Amino acid sequence: MNAPRTLFEKIWDAHVVADETIDTPAILYVDLHLVHEVTSPQAFSELRARGLKVRRPERTLATLDHSIPTLPPAANGERPYVTPEAKAQVTRLGANCHDFGIELHGWDSDQRGVVHVIGPELGATQPGMTIVCGDSHTSTHGAFGALAFGIGTTEVGHVLATQCLLQRRPKTLAIHVDGELPPGVGAKDLILHVIGEIGVNGGTGHVIEYCGSAIEALSMEARMTVCNMSIEAGARAGLIAPDATTFAWLKGRPRVPQGTAWDAAVAQWSALKTDAGAHYDREVRIDARKVKPTVTYGTHPGMAIALDAPVPAAHDALDQRALDYMHAVAGKPMQGTPVDVVFVGSCTNGRLPDLREAARVLRGRRVAKNVRMLVVPGSEAVRRAAEAEGLHEVFRSAGAEWRLPGCSMCIAMNGDMAKPGQLVVSTSNRNFEGRQGKGARTVLASPATAAASAVAGHVADPREYLKADVAEEQAA
Amino acid sequence: MNPVTQVRSRTAVLRDENIDTDRIIPARFLTTTTREGLGKVCFNDWRHQADGSDNPAFPLNAPGAQGCAILVAGRNFGCGSSREHAPWALLDYGIQAVLCSEIADIFRSNSLKNGLLAIVVGEAEHRWLLDHPGIELTVDVREQTIVRPGAGSVRFELEPFARHCLLEGVDQLGFLQQHGDAIAAYEQRMGKAA
Ligand code: SF4
Repeated sequence: MNAPRTLFEKIWDAHVVADETIDTPAILYVDLHLVHEVTSPQAFSELRARGLKVRRPERTLATLDHSIPTLPPAANGERPYVTPEAKAQVTRLGANCHDFGIELHGWDSDQRGVVHVIGPELGATQPGMTIVCGDSHTSTHGAFGALAFGIGTTEVGHVLATQCLLQRRPKTLAIHVDGELPPGVGAKDLILHVIGEIGVNGGTGHVIEYCGSAIEALSMEARMTVCNMSIEAGARAGLIAPDATTFAWLKGRPRVPQGTAWDAAVAQWSALKTDAGAHYDREVRIDARKVKPTVTYGTHPGMAIALDAPVPAAHDALDQRALDYMHAVAGKPMQGTPVDVVFVGSCTNGRLPDLREAARVLRGRRVAKNVRMLVVPGSEAVRRAAEAEGLHEVFRSAGAEWRLPGCSMCIAMNGDMAKPGQLVVSTSNRNFEGRQGKGARTVLASPATAAASAVAGHVADPREYLKADVAEEQAA
Repeated sequence: MNPVTQVRSRTAVLRDENIDTDRIIPARFLTTTTREGLGKVCFNDWRHQADGSDNPAFPLNAPGAQGCAILVAGRNFGCGSSREHAPWALLDYGIQAVLCSEIADIFRSNSLKNGLLAIVVGEAEHRWLLDHPGIELTVDVREQTIVRPGAGSVRFELEPFARHCLLEGVDQLGFLQQHGDAIAAYEQRMGKAA
């Protein structure tokens, strides 16, 4: 009888090429390597300098997302890049993918989008895989029961050349979330609440497995939102065991097995769960019933509270500095704080259900006079689906901008950014100083809260705008 | 990578906790395709005022911090993005070692791969270092010690493989390539061969 193992251990064990020793880390095999324009050029240069090839181009998948404009091209076809460097970076990725034989979802692809949105959409992300990308939010793919984590550019070079990484085995942390999320409260509120509880370094050195009835009840998109932000608790990765919801979501996608191979895959994937009696290095329990619409009030994602709860008093000078930067006042809730910009998008909340959630609030309403609202779909597929439902019309008639897919204001390196001092309610994942533009102040929130705040002109409770829906949910 | 055995310098201190990689190098400077020259934008938005002049409130702009190659930073340094541009920028700016009670995983791994000594020290030593800016230290990779003149030396943990690579200037990609046969055998065994 084998010893009981956690989900993480099962995936890890199946990918060890060489065991770790005291002197050397394990060599870990990578099933899928995702590549984008920003963290890859120096890695390809290294390969060229050494005369190396990409070992498994078919296990490598590239897209354009970080530095590309989200406004359409001019009449002459020119894309409005923020700088010539940004354009050069995109051109470079095209040349690298061409020269090394890598599939690139570039401008001509109808599947282009944010790297962590298109991996799952294409069915490239599958349970039990190891997935890496030169991007910390690779943890998103853990929603499918894949061990997925961000790497640096040197490691991007390692994976390109050898399909392997040198890794020490991380520790495991189970986060049990039981009970039902209250009406009008979603996955983003939950994960902000969790990070608020365990802290921005609460997961350092660990791989988190999210489990419990509240997690099982989540849709795949909601699970991706949760796993996406694992890195904001310092964790290497986040994982959710695959189940019927996972299989139903993946079925028929371009890169998943079809026919009898599909049945075999599902049978194999079904074993990917933590055995009874398996040991985690740490465990945390969260009560889903206590989660409210949650927002951040400081300059890291751990500074999160219910939107109607008073901002906690600073316990040191550094805390105070964060409050001052945000113009947050201890004892006052974030609800009611005037808003300048609202951003709906990113690999955290740029998928179809996120856009629907924002549209539900905006339908028949208008964005407040002094507020600028950007809605940026996570991918071309999301954009098409949203437009097919007429969501773009809802956004436009409310006075919001409907953009082309990309990272946009999540990282603010393509020119989409806030001005110094402006307050942004954002569905992205980082509220660091200057993340959305020099001097910009970021409040992280769910799509519903972001939309409600756009309408109100200040940080607002979405349940006020969803009263009919919430009542219905409660009755159901 | 060139071998790194020792860094000897006065320290500069950034007391802030959770200094993330966006603060080390803001995203708008990531549209580069090389690793060189990022020192000029290291800590850009903190270091410079709106008009481009030096921000007097940024601790590394203080006269005493000039030329310091050892940075002592508040807890959880390097959190956030996986951008390797952060250690590239620090190295190009002149920082060769970062001492902290807690350093974010990916940043630490990226740093060590580039010869930037990202070293975790105990809470008490960390507090002491934060309170003694400008002190002359020797960070010794072979001995795994931080030598404080007049205050004794402190031992630190360093992952043995990272230490070996630093001391010998070992190239990790070369190490992986030596395992080409094991990788091919794994692919065969697991049905992952091309
Ligand atoms: S949307 Fe934001 S977090 Fe996601 S990949 Fe792009 S920049 Fe990174």
